[in-house]
Amino acid sequence: MKKISCNDVTKTIKEMCMETNVTLSQDVLSLLQEAREKETFPVAQKILNQIFENVAYSKKSCIPLCQDTGVVIIFAEIGQDVLITGGSLSHAIQKGVAQGYKDGYLRNSMVFDPVVNRINTNDNTPAYIYWDVVAGDEITFHLAPKGGGSENMSQITMMKPAQGKQGVEDFILQVVKDAGGNPCPPIILGIGLGGSFEQSALLSKKALFRDFSQPNPEPILQEWECVIRNRCNQLGIGPMGLGGRTTVLGVSILWKPCHIASMPVAVNIQCHCARHQSRTLSGSSV
Amino acid sequence: MKTWTIQSPLQDVDMTQFSIGDTVFISGVIYTARDAAHMRLVEKIRNHEELPFSLQGGVLFFVGPTPSPPGYPIGSSGPTTSGRMDAFSPLLLDNGLKAMIGKGPRSEKVIQSIVRNKALYLIAVGGIGALLSQKIVESTVIAYPELGAEAIRQLQVKGFPTIVGIDVYGRDLYKGGPNSYLNGWK
Repeated sequence: MKKISCNDVTKTIKEMCMETNVTLSQDVLSLLQEAREKETFPVAQKILNQIFENVAYSKKSCIPLCQDTGVVIIFAEIGQDVLITGGSLSHAIQKGVAQGYKDGYLRNSMVFDPVVNRINTNDNTPAYIYWDVVAGDEITFHLAPKGGGSENMSQITMMKPAQGKQGVEDFILQVVKDAGGNPCPPIILGIGLGGSFEQSALLSKKALFRDFSQPNPEPILQEWECVIRNRCNQLGIGPMGLGGRTTVLGVSILWKPCHIASMPVAVNIQCHCARHQSRTLSGSSV
Repeated sequence: MKTWTIQSPLQDVDMTQFSIGDTVFISGVIYTARDAAHMRLVEKIRNHEELPFSLQGGVLFFVGPTPSPPGYPIGSSGPTTSGRMDAFSPLLLDNGLKAMIGKGPRSEKVIQSIVRNKALYLIAVGGIGALLSQKIVESTVIAYPELGAEAIRQLQVKGFPTIVGIDVYGRDLYKGGPNSYLNGWK
């Protein structure tokens, strides 16, 4: 048994919010680098170069990479042998988000009700937290600020099992075509297959948290991800939708068992400014 | 593809000279507005009320910047998705607006309105708001401060980089660009 204080949680989440908004992780930078090397269309090359200039300037100035500093999505893995001290874990996380967004001069992009009044919550909470209880005595946070423009282009569908692999692939291609220049391509596709209606959507989100320097551990999915990426990169949409080879930087698929009648497919779109970070808190002896 | 430098507000600018794909650097005064501000502007026009700024020859930038850190005139300032403003843009164009800066394709109605009003749709690259903020030298909230990031700001810009997305001839770079790539542009 190890103890982790709420103060440490708040501090960690605050730092993660501030850092992820001004830095891209190496795995995403590598995807962008690979795309830049393969791109031949002049406008597309220019845009990809500007993306790198932006990364450098953001890191130096601490001005956020993108003005859409997003809704904060957190996948939290809680070790079952961890004792949380000094308050509520959930509140500690939300407090970290509020502090990070204030001290990092990040944009508050959340409204209380989605339809009628749409009044800003003024501290960018609530963050959406998905909990996993795991073995061990540590807590790991996977955090990503998710922009609204790319989220708006995401889609989910309940397919017939008979539509099979081809049907799934065609649907994904159609989502990318429908999105066109809207979600700030080049994009990353998080694909959730199977589960129930809500599970597939959650899987598609979780897929975006992958370390893209590592291949998909499932050989079938690894191969399929390459096929989908290649098909998408023949559409010609290109960076910002202005033409070019580079439409999709990466594809990440997660799947899970589902009902015999169902084949849910969710496609979560991530813009090129794919900010994510993971940190583990080890805690101290009780 | 040509490169232009223009001064905003756009007075006596020959709008027929620009073609899709041209680079346009804007200097002068422009205004920010996104979803919530658009709803209020359009409501004011429909109620024949005075607007918080003059639309005549105006340039509107679809942006909700991050807060200004100490020592900077503004925070990260890249374009938001223009499609969400499609329902409002024709009325603003019919009332004197001359150019819009945003990202992403526009509806057929907006394109028709751009042609009818001899206006322009200019594209700024999305997701590079830190870089673009360097071209904004001054920022003042002039209306709806309660909207936070969605308030209307008057910006003084210097060489703000854009690409002509839709020109007065109704040509659309979101069709033209990908087609050119797919048809082997060389």
